[in-house]
Amino acid sequence: MLSGDMTMTMTSSEWPSSRAALAKRVLPYALLSPAVIVTLAIVFFPMLQAAWMSLHDYILWKPNAISFVGLKNFFAAFHDEVFWISLKHTVIWIGLTIPSQLLLGLVTALLLNQEFPWRPLARALIIIPWALPSVVIGLMWVWIYDSNYGILNDFLLRMNIIQDSVPWLADPDTALYAIILTLTWQGFPFFAVMILAGLQSIPRSYYEAASIDGASKWRQFWHITLPGISGVLVTAVLLRTIWVANSIDVIYVMTGGGPGYATYTLPLYAFVKARTNLDFGYGSSLAVLFTIMLLGIVVVYLRKVGKGAD
Amino acid sequence: MVSHKSKLRRMLTVELPMVIILLFTLGPYLWMMLTSLTQEDKLFTQGPSLIGATFENYYRLFNTVGFLDNMITSFIVAAGTVVVGLTLSVTAAYSFSRFNFIGKKYLLTQFLIINMFPIVLLILPLFVLMRVLGLLDSHLALIIANSTVAIPFSVWMMTSYINGIPKSLDEAAMTDGCTRIGALRRVVLPLCMPGIVATGIYIFITAWNEYLYALSLGGSNVRPITVAIQTLIGEYEVQWGLLTSGGIVGALPATILFLIVQKRLISGMTQGAVKG
Repeated sequence: MLSGDMTMTMTSSEWPSSRAALAKRVLPYALLSPAVIVTLAIVFFPMLQAAWMSLHDYILWKPNAISFVGLKNFFAAFHDEVFWISLKHTVIWIGLTIPSQLLLGLVTALLLNQEFPWRPLARALIIIPWALPSVVIGLMWVWIYDSNYGILNDFLLRMNIIQDSVPWLADPDTALYAIILTLTWQGFPFFAVMILAGLQSIPRSYYEAASIDGASKWRQFWHITLPGISGVLVTAVLLRTIWVANSIDVIYVMTGGGPGYATYTLPLYAFVKARTNLDFGYGSSLAVLFTIMLLGIVVVYLRKVGKGAD
Repeated sequence: MVSHKSKLRRMLTVELPMVIILLFTLGPYLWMMLTSLTQEDKLFTQGPSLIGATFENYYRLFNTVGFLDNMITSFIVAAGTVVVGLTLSVTAAYSFSRFNFIGKKYLLTQFLIINMFPIVLLILPLFVLMRVLGLLDSHLALIIANSTVAIPFSVWMMTSYINGIPKSLDEAAMTDGCTRIGALRRVVLPLCMPGIVATGIYIFITAWNEYLYALSLGGSNVRPITVAIQTLIGEYEVQWGLLTSGGIVGALPATILFLIVQKRLISGMTQGAVKG
């Protein structure tokens, strides 16, 4: 291929067209290069640096004492009790938030797919949690959960569901679940919107044919609706799992990880470690470990489900 | 046409559950709004109420706290991110959409994967990097940090939009004597303008709402609204009235923009998913 071009450049009459051919071949790369170069500089280079830091004793206020320590930080993590606590919370965090978001999103989408007069209004309003800044969401819910003046305690007390007000975020037993409810609130509109798009792509004639054949509503849901939205579900679950696993801003605003370590997740632990102790070496190694685990989950998920999320 | 019975059934099985879900969705937001309209010292005695509603908290927010400065900072950062994200990604998206070249699939996957990397993995090295470059507490630092998310997202969205424009249109333009770049500028760009606007607005919203980078890389000079709202939490007691009014004002631009572009945006985001 290459030598063919070389001989073509030899014959002077072929000059312009071969130059055009070369330009044609270079053009795609030229058009790509700005985005690729900037991405290399601001994403890939920092990631390499994170990997480098994870192999060093790197404390920000001791810039002269940076030394290569190999995998020491990683072994330290495995002997670190807080690491295992955070890992456990990360599993609970993903394992509860995603199904809750998915279920609520699915129900919302099925409802929004029905005909009723104020449907456009409902569809517009449902996405408001998605548009709000995490900080606002976090603080809003802190105020709702407030043990003295919060509306949640007020409401539950009036309904006689609880006898004394519960300090939702200050109690280690409830704090994590309280934040999970907040995150469910924040994330279910995404599922609703994605699933709704999937529902609307299913041809109406399928349902008509099924009801002529006498299939019940439930069987229609099981055999037409679910297969019809499976592609969307796979993608949405994948995107949300990654997003929820990474999401630390809401936790950071609501409890900062506390009380004690009750709401630490792995990425939050990495962030807090670097931010308060300025221990960037250990923080980076936690971040790297977390990334590897997340990639592992993604790969297993894609294999299991059997097809790529295109 | 619709019989009375089926109307009742619809109300019970569709509209009633929908109302409950909407109450759950909007309740916290409305509660925040109500709190922001209540006088601070009445909050702890009588609780939030519409009786004697006042804009005092909003007045304090702009006159005492100087929230306007924070909004300007947020605007600069968000707008800067939009400019960087869009200019870099349009040509890349065109290239992905129109050409076949070695390494195309690999590169395209790279841009998808970047979006999946944890923000903590980036935030630590970016902090060290900005510190070395002396960019901490500058608008540029936040624009760069937000671009790590905006560029891949934008490449992905723009590729999807440009794929929707028939190739024959560029070819027709080129037979008429346009160069490739000319075809991109005169034919493709105008046609996918709605897509570009939607992508730009989404980048704007994301950058406007961003918190962790703002907290880590910003400072006393560059303090976007998200950090400013958080700092309204006093050392001893929380001024909920002030805080909630900050929340309402801070969330307003993004919420309005989101409502405007949601339809186009969602179609772009779900296009790949629905087909797949």
